[in-house]
Amino acid sequence: MEDNSVFFTDRSGRITSNPLLDQLPSYQSLLYRRKSSGAGTKRRGSSRGRLSSSGSVKWTINTMRRIEEKQTSQIGQRAIRELALNMAQKRRNKDQPLNKNQDLSSWRQWRQNTRRNLKRLRDDAEVFLSSMKLWKRDIHQIEGMFGTGILSYFSFLRFLVALNLFIFLLMFSFVILPIIIVPHTKGNITYDQHDETDCRVYQSSARRGLVNFHTHLGDLLSGGGFLEQTYLFYGFYKVDKIHFPKATYNLALAYLLATIAYLLLSLIWIVKRSATGFKRNLVQDEDRFQSFCNKIFAGWDFCITDQNTARLKRKSLFYELKTDLEEEKIKRKIADRTRKEKCRIYLIRVILNIFVIAILAACFYSIYIATTVSQEKQMNNVKVNFIEDLIVEYLPSIVITLANFITPLLFSVIINFEDYSPAFEIRFTLMRCVFMRLTSIGVLLFSLWSQITKCEEDSCVCGYNHKLYSCWETRVGQEMYKLTIFDFIIIFAVTIFVEFPRKLIVKYGQCGLAKWWGQQQFSIPQNVLEIVYGQTICWIGTFFCPMLPAICTIKYFLIFYIKKVSLIRNCRPSTRPFRASSSNFFFLGVLLIGLALACLPITVSIAQINCSQACGPFVNYNTSWQALPAALSHLPDGAQRFLYALSSEAFAVSFFVVTCLAMFYVIALAGAHKRVINQLREQLVVEGKDKRFLIQKLCQAQGPRSTSSVSGFHPGSPSRLSPSYHTSFSSNYNDAVFLTHPPPNSATPV
Amino acid sequence: MGNKQTTFTKEQLEAYQDCTYFTRKEILRLHGRYRELAPHLVPLDYTNNPDIRVPPSLIVTMPELKENPFRDRIVETFSEDGQGNMSFNDFVDMFSALCETSPRELKTIYAFKIYDFNRDSFICKEDLQKTLNKLTKGELTPEEVALVCDKAIEEADLDADSKLSFADFENMISKAPDFLSNFHIRI
Repeated sequence: MEDNSVFFTDRSGRITSNPLLDQLPSYQSLLYRRKSSGAGTKRRGSSRGRLSSSGSVKWTINTMRRIEEKQTSQIGQRAIRELALNMAQKRRNKDQPLNKNQDLSSWRQWRQNTRRNLKRLRDDAEVFLSSMKLWKRDIHQIEGMFGTGILSYFSFLRFLVALNLFIFLLMFSFVILPIIIVPHTKGNITYDQHDETDCRVYQSSARRGLVNFHTHLGDLLSGGGFLEQTYLFYGFYKVDKIHFPKATYNLALAYLLATIAYLLLSLIWIVKRSATGFKRNLVQDEDRFQSFCNKIFAGWDFCITDQNTARLKRKSLFYELKTDLEEEKIKRKIADRTRKEKCRIYLIRVILNIFVIAILAACFYSIYIATTVSQEKQMNNVKVNFIEDLIVEYLPSIVITLANFITPLLFSVIINFEDYSPAFEIRFTLMRCVFMRLTSIGVLLFSLWSQITKCEEDSCVCGYNHKLYSCWETRVGQEMYKLTIFDFIIIFAVTIFVEFPRKLIVKYGQCGLAKWWGQQQFSIPQNVLEIVYGQTICWIGTFFCPMLPAICTIKYFLIFYIKKVSLIRNCRPSTRPFRASSSNFFFLGVLLIGLALACLPITVSIAQINCSQACGPFVNYNTSWQALPAALSHLPDGAQRFLYALSSEAFAVSFFVVTCLAMFYVIALAGAHKRVINQLREQLVVEGKDKRFLIQKLCQAQGPRSTSSVSGFHPGSPSRLSPSYHTSFSSNYNDAVFLTHPPPNSATPV
Repeated sequence: MGNKQTTFTKEQLEAYQDCTYFTRKEILRLHGRYRELAPHLVPLDYTNNPDIRVPPSLIVTMPELKENPFRDRIVETFSEDGQGNMSFNDFVDMFSALCETSPRELKTIYAFKIYDFNRDSFICKEDLQKTLNKLTKGELTPEEVALVCDKAIEEADLDADSKLSFADFENMISKAPDFLSNFHIRI
């Protein structure tokens, strides 16, 4: 009989439950989920056996049978492998319908068989596709050693490799490929360079004749010299239209549209990828922040196979729990703050925020100065020596990297004085670092723009400074190229020259300083910011340097291996764990901010600044954007009017109003749902209390008529022979409620 | 490949494929791993469904389970006799339920069973304390353990009976963001 009860009995045979509770429908739904403890007992047989032993009343048998039939039909509809049964039962369930189906028509049988085979085929295909994924084994190894938090960083890196590859394929197939195949398909290129004004003079810095080797190296690193007049940069694409034998290919339009396309493609891909993470984040209820339950039940990473990692995970869980307890204490402290203390804290926060803004302003100003100086020195064309020239070229990159190195340290020191809760501290510091990183690129571009549009006269003749920047897009492309190369060099150099010696010092050094410094921790947020910074540069630079995505693909490919080696050799997992779930959302959120930031300079370059008249595909237009209206003007009248209507202000305003209305509706809906959830929650509590109250009353009602024949029900527990029962549900299960079986004629409906 | 294997009949493999989230190759690989645990005990030929059970002391030495603080409970939960002696069916069942493609609902059910130490269908305060002690290996003081357990029950208990029923647990897990990514074993 112990085998047949709903709840598992321990070895002493004690049933630690109330048989009356067994008959409740909510517990019956658990019945099919539990596996039977005895070998080979059928599900139906077990429940029927139990009923007979407890002296079932007729109506209970009927209800039981009805419930079982409902469950069988439910099970039949669900996939076998989703059931929480053990293997023998699953196979039996699988075979039962098969045996039943012998009498089904052959059409139905064939249909079921094909459905099953198709499902199996689809599973095999999925397995095959996932085995083709890049770096599968490396990531598996990292997951086992460091857990799922760091794994998310590497899968993010893999995603960026794929994204850059697709952007490059897009640009290549629409912009570069037509130019390459022109000689082979007997097409010819038109490029109207009539009216030779001053604007059309191109002073390129390409060298002729024999040059030193280190000049070539310098050119490779700075994007100038022999690299300037190659497919690498915008200036080389001196093609307006290509006339193939059968069709005309408008390369200028294709260049513009490919730019817009790759921005849209990136946006859609990132949003799609972040959709799952976002849904999960939304579901998390804010007022009942489930930090404790989440840590206890979902905290341990079941993938860990390494002993050291397990030890560190335990430590990090312990640290997290301690931090949460601290947070509780601090929350109570904050709630108890007096007015005077609050004023003091707010004053300190205002001062420190002003200080932070001052630091940021100082960094931005230094970037501006560095860019200006670098551009001027490059324009003077006075070659001092190789190293100094290189430093001058890379001055903005150096300043940006220094600023991005110093500011996080400063921020983490400042935040200690601002007296926030620990979780908020982490998030706030991170936000400041993100802002610093991404805005530094913006400042660089702004200073470039001010240089390009600043002329000696008051207003520029060509719309830009044609004397110094005869092909300004190539110059901007070169700056982006330099930033990318320098970023990669820095990552490589820091790994080799900082992290590796640090590991050696800590391992072999005996002094206290080595012990205090400690082994390198793989800080996920800083690493993610690094690669998001690189990706933002790639997005901005692709318009000016169409081969940049290919360079970035190779760069991220190499960074994966550098980081993996550094992780395994030099690093230990950080004690401040970064959660896998929220981290995916964080990565993609920062990437979206980078994308939004990247759109801004491109929009300004396309639509605002006059395109250079000496190079590039847009020489016949005032701005790059005008290629689009020019092409549209060849469309039929109706289409033109429709497209102009779409881009007019009236349409934009009404679209904006409709979007706002939709947003308000959705917000109201969410608020209503939240209210309903709270009401249901309260109702659940009341229902639970009702249930317990009713069972108490039932026990009291049946108490005086109890008989002493309990032995048939509880064989192995002589201490339970006396009809003692307690009418309260305490958490101590020694005092479980025992109900003696009611006399046969008392059909007491529950 | 795999057409020449004599470990399982075709019907057996198909049955395993339908009842688990594994493919043929993975099931054969699992059999290899199972056999590795006790080569003298486990036969190579499973075509006649031998009733062999590997004791829990051997199963918890697997690298996937070795470092898991709940390894004993996992092995007990998935074994048919409740003591941890696993047949090959139980073995495959265990890794299928804990694999990446297994759905959240299935994982929730088994997580509840694993954390329910006294197997009474409720996660009471003692179960929570045992879970916490296994997680932190006794590094928290008893007061802190009691405080954390109180707070956890306070967060998740919906019907206010100071223990977690399956409905409470399911609701709490559906909101736990780390559950799906952490509660899986790669084999």
